[in-house]
Amino acid sequence: MSLVNKSASELAAMLGSKEISSVELTQAHLENIDKLNPKINSFITVTHELALSQAKGVDELRAKGEKLSALAGVPIAVKDNLTTIGIETTAGSKILKGWVPPYDATVVRKILSNRMPILGKTNLDEFAMGSSTENSAYGPSLNPWDLTRTPGGSGGGSSSAVASMQAPLAIGSDTGGSIRFPASVTGTVGVKPTYGAVSRYGLIALGSSLDQIGPVTRNVMDAAMLQDAIAGHDDMDATSLPESLGSMTEAAKNDSVKGLKIGIIKELTGEGFQAGVSERFQEALDLLVAAGAEIVEVSCPSFQYAIAAYYLIQPAEASSNLARFDSVRFGLRVMPEGPATVEKVMAATREAGFGPEVKRRIILGTYALSSGYYDAYYGSAQKVRTLIQADLAKAFEKADVLVSPTAPTTAFKLGEKQEDPLAMYLNDIATIPANLAGIPGMSLPVGLAKEDNLPVGAQFLAPARQDARLYRVGAVLEKLLENKWSMRMLDLAPELKVN
Amino acid sequence: MSKDQLMDYQKALGAYEVVIGLEVHVELNTKTKMFCGCANVFGDEPNTNVCPNCLGFPGAMPAVNGKAIENSIKIGLALDCEIAETGRFSRKNYFYPDLAKNFQTSQYDEPIAFEGSIDIEVPSGKVFTVQIERAHMEEDAGKLTHVGGSTGRIQGAEFSLVDFNRAGVPLVEIVTKPIYGAGDEAPELAAAYVRSIREIVKNLGVSDARMERGNVRCDANVSIRPKGQEKLGTRTETKNVNSLRSIERAVKYEIQRQAHLLSQGTAIIQETRHWHEDRGATSSGRPKSDADDYRYFPEPDLVPVQPSKEWIEQLRATLPEKPAIRRKRLQDLWGFSDLEFRDVVNSDLLDEIDDTVNAGAKPQAARKWWTGELARIANSEDKDIAELSITPTQVAQIAELVESGKLTDRLAREVLTGVLAGEGDPAEIVAKRGLEVVSDDGALLAAIDKVLAEQPDVLAKIREGKLQAAGAVIGAVMKAMAGSADAARVRELVIQRANEL
Repeated sequence: MSLVNKSASELAAMLGSKEISSVELTQAHLENIDKLNPKINSFITVTHELALSQAKGVDELRAKGEKLSALAGVPIAVKDNLTTIGIETTAGSKILKGWVPPYDATVVRKILSNRMPILGKTNLDEFAMGSSTENSAYGPSLNPWDLTRTPGGSGGGSSSAVASMQAPLAIGSDTGGSIRFPASVTGTVGVKPTYGAVSRYGLIALGSSLDQIGPVTRNVMDAAMLQDAIAGHDDMDATSLPESLGSMTEAAKNDSVKGLKIGIIKELTGEGFQAGVSERFQEALDLLVAAGAEIVEVSCPSFQYAIAAYYLIQPAEASSNLARFDSVRFGLRVMPEGPATVEKVMAATREAGFGPEVKRRIILGTYALSSGYYDAYYGSAQKVRTLIQADLAKAFEKADVLVSPTAPTTAFKLGEKQEDPLAMYLNDIATIPANLAGIPGMSLPVGLAKEDNLPVGAQFLAPARQDARLYRVGAVLEKLLENKWSMRMLDLAPELKVN
Repeated sequence: MSKDQLMDYQKALGAYEVVIGLEVHVELNTKTKMFCGCANVFGDEPNTNVCPNCLGFPGAMPAVNGKAIENSIKIGLALDCEIAETGRFSRKNYFYPDLAKNFQTSQYDEPIAFEGSIDIEVPSGKVFTVQIERAHMEEDAGKLTHVGGSTGRIQGAEFSLVDFNRAGVPLVEIVTKPIYGAGDEAPELAAAYVRSIREIVKNLGVSDARMERGNVRCDANVSIRPKGQEKLGTRTETKNVNSLRSIERAVKYEIQRQAHLLSQGTAIIQETRHWHEDRGATSSGRPKSDADDYRYFPEPDLVPVQPSKEWIEQLRATLPEKPAIRRKRLQDLWGFSDLEFRDVVNSDLLDEIDDTVNAGAKPQAARKWWTGELARIANSEDKDIAELSITPTQVAQIAELVESGKLTDRLAREVLTGVLAGEGDPAEIVAKRGLEVVSDDGALLAAIDKVLAEQPDVLAKIREGKLQAAGAVIGAVMKAMAGSADAARVRELVIQRANEL
């Protein structure tokens, strides 16, 4: 097996024992990027020189015998909505084309202090608005399992990069499923930690009360190690949790689910879910039961309003968050025809710089916050949010973790839902409640659907601050599945035929 | 610009009832800004105290300045407000180039302080109780400079520059409930109210409280209604009236302007207006309706502020005395007559005199210097007295030099001129300019002897007891000493000497 096929935890061990160097490892990934990225379009920016110089730096430190972090030397890809000093940061939008931030996101700072070379910035739907990367101003990313299909969104750049061995690890952001859905359709592991577990400072905000940064990886242990590396309180983010949630790496070493109560969410099974998805999902549950877990059914009736509430709150916050893109201080500036006033310059810039989905959500959000409509829309949506939290609190009285398929279907075809925003929004039915409630969620590959041979993901949810539970159950299920298949899920992926 | 017609003030008051409402913005003097670590300093080079946060860069997030919250609570307590158990920030969304994020982070439906009141004494001695609706925290915007037009206003400007140093500076906005029944004293009440707010925030130490720097800014809402009518009239909001005198004038102007319009059957337009100090007039700004839609919603990047009861009580215990109580105490302490004291208050010199007395001056001397010579100089230079470059300590030092007989009043005024010219402290100026009163009898006696010797006829007259003749000698001696002698002492010595010779 070549270097790029290995998991981050394996690579970390090899680096630690000096079996390989970080330069060698980074170089191998850069070569794979050079080969695959022109086809798959996972990266908006590839930072060859920077990555190699960082790799060289960590190798030198290791040679000197310095104590290094667990993932030191393992390269990583970063979603392009996180600010990076000296590296163009676009958020997938034309309005930021060429913008080079003068400050690092806290997560990027942590990556750098963990001495992880940054391979580049990954593609996303413009400002993370979408489920397919088709809304990126830099073209869609493709799914390595089937190049006619989406790798999910908004974080399809990160999921496709990790699934196609261009990067062993990636950072994603999840506002309504943007880490978990792409993980589900690319056969990777994606975790949205508890709201506030990872600092949002430097994350170009979509829905500030929903956004959370998390790991995109090939297995549970890698995700745990990456969450440990990026989590923690940050004074720069007032909503970041003051307390530590403990070691996810330790939790991922768990090997037993005996007595664990797993709640199946009634509203997120059966009708509306692809048969092959439901089938793989059920098999995964059977494995857990066989290993000693107990299945209980729970009901979250308010989930039926989740999408409606989400598509009021998120656009409302986005409409305000995106107001700063006005050409005055940074980014694109488009001069209007005729005499320019500041209002006309702002309008011309926003007209030219934002894509259709972004405009749609700005209009939606502006409307939802307008005087006279606020109570009916934004106000009601916040009440739904409270109801969903109440439903979940009740469900967690009966179960330690909740489970559902991550998405109703496997990867859909590019263009399939582009003309039908509602169908696109419905895709996030299972992932959105976690964002509305601020709880952690993990998507884990559970096999390939019979009808299309494409990856299926199962989603686990835990109460706020109980992220460790996800890693405990995820690690066990992953092991059970690998034993069953006698291989890793991604080894089932077709060899990419790249011209 | 067309000139407004005004109704005679007394006539206007005869026909209409005045209702005013005041919004005072107080810039806090915290070391750093409201939501980031940038320095909160006035007058630095443009765009030097800025960061991704106060420039509204993508991904930047606010972090609340705890000191600003503390100061806001103190202001609320000083205004007898309730302090909110939980206060939330909201976003006020509108596009404007001085607003980095195109929303202002402000408190909307959950202000930190609400339901307070303050007693305000107007120059006539009458006391009004002004109800405070709320005091809330918000961030200041950047500062726009419009270049290329003749007026410095945006109309006609070629381009505009924006300085974000002020963006994110903590503000507390204090809003009154509508104030009824002030009648013809409404303009004075408005000014006296702002003076009291300024005094409070200055004494709390939470603001530099300098109006000329915009530390305290007032928006004055004025409406009038025909006497006997219940329905309130349409109001105008005159923005950023930046001196106490302007507030009084602007309110009076609006009453007269609105009265004229209503008497002509013309409706008042609900709008903001700008005060022009030079013309003594307001002009139309932008229309303002109650339906202005700022799309307020709770700021999701911040958690609610929840001051504990213990903390609030701790802060309450540190409050300085209330203005009305302080005034009573100071008047008793200083022994000023009502007239003298009111003059001090109305000249806005209470703090200066208090500081001068605390620096060692006698109260009457401090009063005389500030309300006399310094007020005269400020007036002649068309400055606010606070802008004069002299400290209360320096005034006290001058007063002390006069008191101890080291300076005559005339010399003291010269020293004062030196201090204002930046030549140093009074003692240094006395030394440098050689202004000290000659108290050395030897030098005086020598001069006296010389003059007496030159004027034997005068000497004879003095010896005969015709003491008024001494005046000529005294004058000549003072002249010889270049004024640096104490005239009373010279007179004593002349008489003594004449009888000895």
